[in-house]
Amino acid sequence: MDKKKKKLSPLARFRGFIQAGATLLTNLHLPNFAKGTLYQGGGKYVCVPGLNCYSCPGAAGACPVGAFQAVVGSSKFRFSYYITGILILFGVLLGRFICGFLCPFGWFQELLHKIPSPKLSTKKLKPLRYLKYAVLLVMVVALPLLAVNELGMGDPFFCKYLCPQGVLEGAIPLSLTNAGIRAALGKLFTWKACILLAVIVGSVVFYRPFCKWLCPLGAFYALLNKVSLFQMRVDTHKCVSCGACAKACKMDVDITKTPNHAECIRCGMCMKACPTDAIQYKFGLGDQSNTETTKE
Amino acid sequence: MFMTKKQAQLLLLAAGVLMLLFGLWRGEADTVFSKAIRLCMECVGIG
Repeated sequence: MDKKKKKLSPLARFRGFIQAGATLLTNLHLPNFAKGTLYQGGGKYVCVPGLNCYSCPGAAGACPVGAFQAVVGSSKFRFSYYITGILILFGVLLGRFICGFLCPFGWFQELLHKIPSPKLSTKKLKPLRYLKYAVLLVMVVALPLLAVNELGMGDPFFCKYLCPQGVLEGAIPLSLTNAGIRAALGKLFTWKACILLAVIVGSVVFYRPFCKWLCPLGAFYALLNKVSLFQMRVDTHKCVSCGACAKACKMDVDITKTPNHAECIRCGMCMKACPTDAIQYKFGLGDQSNTETTKE
Repeated sequence: MFMTKKQAQLLLLAAGVLMLLFGLWRGEADTVFSKAIRLCMECVGIG
């Protein structure tokens, strides 16, 4: 098939640029990297949609996972309706489109995966997908809520022990410009740096290992992927069941069977692979996922 | 079917807005802000 005749969505075509733009917007305060300070304006009242540490000098908003734990682990509140509400709205509107297009850490892993090396399939590691739901439930919700000190305050367990973004975006740039922070880094930093290193090495050989197996934000959006307004649509009249889409999918999804699978990050690789242009993006209320269920 | 997809979407959107407003009303945004503007010791690995 002549690829020039393919009607590929601009979203899928320019995904790399959108990811770069989203990362820049999420970390807009670039001069702070040189100054070694954090942005302290009103943008930090609101959380960004992707995984982005609020201790990154350039961060324009709050990290949704960190903010949730900060509220739950505070002495004043036991649950964050504010952050949950924001995440439900993000999730219902966009689902895991956020992972595929707007998350800075997702983009970072994708860039690493472009490094030439032997690539390994994750198809046989599918059970590991469920780990991220355990991370969400245990490290983000349960432990900050239940493992509290005498003042009733809990640690942000995910941020403290697992999240590699804090080291990548926070510790590394801040320690380069701030000797005090550099001197304070100890065993915990070493542990988190090892996690970051493992994710970096893992990302070179696997496609988005952190997103697939560990990200609690991805887990939350995955729960809403089936009902999100942003959907994938498979035109069953055009589909020739060639299997090219399932083969092209690096998230190990067969879109013809489950167009809005929890693991689908709407990256559009299936659309690029489809020889009959049977797969499209759709945005709207109701089920837009295939022509059997959608009346135009 | 218990609920159509459209109904579920509308219900979740309404729930999201209500939760957000309730959280704002009880002052959660201030807690988020005060955490987000300071260096998160746990995040960067200081402890």
